[in-house]
Amino acid sequence: MRYLGQTAADRQAMLAKIGVADIDALFKDVPADALNAAIELPDHRGELEVERHIGALAARNLSPADAPCFLGAGAYRHHIPAAADHLIQRSEFLTSYTPYQPEIAQGTLQYLFEFQSQVALITGMDVANASLYDGATACGEAVLMAQRATRRQKAVLSGGLHPHYRGVVETLMRQTDQPYLAAPMDAEGNEDLAALIDEQTACVVVQNPSLFGHVRDLRPLAKACQAKGVLLIVAVSEVVSLGLITPPGEMGADIVVAEGQSLGVPLSFGGPYVGLFAAKEKFLRQMPGRLCGETVDQDGKRGFVLTLSAREQHIRREKATSNICTNSGLCALAFTIHLSLLGEAGFTRLAEINHAKAVELAGKLDGLKGIKLVNGSFFNEFTLALPKPAAGVVEALAKKGILGGVPASRLWPGEKAAEHLLLVSATEMNTEHDMSALRSALEEVL
Amino acid sequence: MLNKQGRQTTPNAGADNSGPAGGYATIGGHKGLEHEEPLIFEQGEPGRCGVDLPAPANVAERLGGLRRKGAIGLPGLSEPQVIRHFVRLSRKNYAIDMGVFPLGSCTMKHNPRLNEKLARLKGLGDLHPMQPESTVQGALALIDELAGWLKTLTGMPAVAMSPAAGAHGELCGLMSIRAALIARGDARKRILAPESAHGTNPATAAMCGYTVDPIPATADGRVDLEALRAKLGPDVAAIMLTNPNTCGLFERDIRQVADMIHSIGGFFYCDGANFNAIVGKVRPGDLGIDAMHINLHKTFSTPHGGGGPGSGPVVLSDALKDFVPLPYVIHDANGYRLVEQDESGKSFGRMKGFHGQMGMFIRALAYMLSHGGDGLKRVAEDAVLAANYVMASCDDVMSPAFAGPCMHEALFDDSFLKDTGVSTLDYAKALIDEGYHPMTVYFPLVVHGALLVEPTESESKDALDHFIMVLRGLAERAQSKQAADYFHGAPYLVPRRRLDETQAARKPVLRWKPAQDNKAAAE
Ligand SMILES: Cc1ncc(COP(=O)(O)O)c(C=O)c1O
Repeated sequence: MRYLGQTAADRQAMLAKIGVADIDALFKDVPADALNAAIELPDHRGELEVERHIGALAARNLSPADAPCFLGAGAYRHHIPAAADHLIQRSEFLTSYTPYQPEIAQGTLQYLFEFQSQVALITGMDVANASLYDGATACGEAVLMAQRATRRQKAVLSGGLHPHYRGVVETLMRQTDQPYLAAPMDAEGNEDLAALIDEQTACVVVQNPSLFGHVRDLRPLAKACQAKGVLLIVAVSEVVSLGLITPPGEMGADIVVAEGQSLGVPLSFGGPYVGLFAAKEKFLRQMPGRLCGETVDQDGKRGFVLTLSAREQHIRREKATSNICTNSGLCALAFTIHLSLLGEAGFTRLAEINHAKAVELAGKLDGLKGIKLVNGSFFNEFTLALPKPAAGVVEALAKKGILGGVPASRLWPGEKAAEHLLLVSATEMNTEHDMSALRSALEEVL
Repeated sequence: MLNKQGRQTTPNAGADNSGPAGGYATIGGHKGLEHEEPLIFEQGEPGRCGVDLPAPANVAERLGGLRRKGAIGLPGLSEPQVIRHFVRLSRKNYAIDMGVFPLGSCTMKHNPRLNEKLARLKGLGDLHPMQPESTVQGALALIDELAGWLKTLTGMPAVAMSPAAGAHGELCGLMSIRAALIARGDARKRILAPESAHGTNPATAAMCGYTVDPIPATADGRVDLEALRAKLGPDVAAIMLTNPNTCGLFERDIRQVADMIHSIGGFFYCDGANFNAIVGKVRPGDLGIDAMHINLHKTFSTPHGGGGPGSGPVVLSDALKDFVPLPYVIHDANGYRLVEQDESGKSFGRMKGFHGQMGMFIRALAYMLSHGGDGLKRVAEDAVLAANYVMASCDDVMSPAFAGPCMHEALFDDSFLKDTGVSTLDYAKALIDEGYHPMTVYFPLVVHGALLVEPTESESKDALDHFIMVLRGLAERAQSKQAADYFHGAPYLVPRRRLDETQAARKPVLRWKPAQDNKAAAE
């Protein structure tokens, strides 16, 4: 067994030092009938066998590398620079722990500080934390934080909010019987959330661009929120959009949550991803999760530490702002490296390319065989109204080797108005050829 | 020389990390292999870029008039600059790949590189979560296969795969329990948890609206059954008990605990963070538990990555197996299906985006396949053996908190440092100079000045012997009165010495700001 280093002689010597006859003497507190239970599992295998086994599972899937892929809906296919994936596999990053001993974790702490700085900059907010699990759980935490900060209970959820984000919020609210108001599905992007605010409202949660792709000016909503002491939470499920769109902070958001997967993190069938969480400075002490801060060491040199931990579970226990402990450190590193490689110019250009691809694709599809583009505005994803139910169309496209989009009915099941809607995204990964292939395949299946 | 905190800046007899080399300080600030590294924000130039992207096609913009006006303020760096920056940062970290990482409760074991390779396979690492079911049958089969291993290893009938980490698993377990209680028409109010519980336990209970009632421990570090009995009542939803517990001991009365909590209609949540001590050897399902999270990033070796990501599947008993989060995988005549909408009316809903930490599932399954049932049993045995070996090798100069044998962690209190002027923290910091990551300190809270050592099965006897020599040597050194100053100043041989945490918290600087902002803030 290649990972285990004790030889039989080592074990004997160690048992002798301990002063017991055999290993089971060390397990004497386990009820005797439960010890050494017969557990039916295959025996150990070599690398080659394991590689074959998992390789065979991989071969049963359709890789987006082999099929034009237009799927988005909260997870986006982007190019990951070779340097990013290489760097995150360095032993010192990959096999380290949460930086509890700052003297020997300055590497992790400094990149977390850089990560927090980048997140604050691109969202237009004052402060950001060192990551949460993903965009959806970050959204749940934001609502809990808004309740603490406003001492009110009700959450108003936009009908353009990703149903997974909405689902996480709803699950959390149900645990403590908190009220929430989930607006009806808003495929058109013209809901009036301000009208839903009342005296009990703690926060309004809105996604931008919305699940259906609409880019909205949130300033009027922010004003309405402010007037009633309601916090505006803006969720961003495609973080590359921040390279081109006015940041939520500039539009008056109090809390911004985002899915950071698009930068540096592989799709990996849905996880692990990285939740971004940023807020106005005045809410700092209500924030969930770890925060890295600058300080000096004993010799006066600049260094970094985890800080304000009096908010956290290991200090505050049942009074903590969240139960989170392990977060998404390595994905945050991948994000930071990718964004460092891009820089201002690259990030902006990447966003421009994504937008241009989507505009181009929308132009190719709008009007084709009764297809209607629903959106007035969008970034790299838009909604098409199809003449047929979208789920069947997507299946038919898959049979032709094309991953043609996400049927809205998968996210809004049972919602009649969702049935014919297809979410289509385009990124820098999509070639001219991909787009033509989608167009001709749609022509055939519709 | 004493600095302003009254701490010695150079050891009596140690090397000096900050001082001159051969009489001179270095001219440029670096020290040999150790580089001072500024923030990326301090070395960028607007014109530089580390990726080459083609010019976008010229299209009529459709951003709804919301194109960003000003600059973001991100620095521009070339690829070599970025690589150098992060490589230099990496060298300021300690890691399992460098040496023993005995951080108790965290199970810092070897991370096989095979698993990294497999997680990146085409057809797994690049799968989109919203692909049609027909195109991801292998991925769903993989989740199902991992679920099978987890059920077999724990002897439990069901497992929820959604949770993203241990704490998230606790949340899943308590939400499942709450859903089951509500289905009975009996939501209940109180959760019992030992005083030694990890902070995530009470924090999670509070997120579910429960009050937390602490149970004291006996003198031998286990749950006090009489105290537990006294706390039972019809409003108790569950007990949250870690087993092996956070003191590194097996809760030998675990079945009585299960019977007691079940007798009042409550549930038994087991915190499975310490599953590594019994994996392949004892099935928690044989002990009467109802729910347990398994940190795949501990027992099943998915890399901790400097703080995550993790994965925390939760095994569930018959009584809880219908009260699961969405989505979940089932297998029927047509193959694998991902159930994303509640079909039974019993699911408590969604707790995360998409379908769980697939990248961690791949790694964990590769780890299990590599070890097999036989290897996993050896994992538990070698981990427990290693901890007991450390305990037995140090018990004359350090102070075990409880009588052994222990499980996979050796817990010491600080009585061996009594009257030395050396604290648990000082002792831990001195270990850093010796080339080791310190053990977990000051946890569990029930032990004074706790030092929790978890060597794991990954260490060879030679590595343990060296580590033991250092533990002993430092314990002995602490006894000599002259050494206190040395300990107070440690560590010395590091990129940064002790950091001022008070300043960090009092005047929080949590991000870089452009120069003009800094000026504005100062005015
Ligand atoms: C005993 C115990 N419970 C729960 C947790 C929380 O697990 P995670 O960090 O994966 O959320 C930990 C992790 O440190 C732990 O040691």
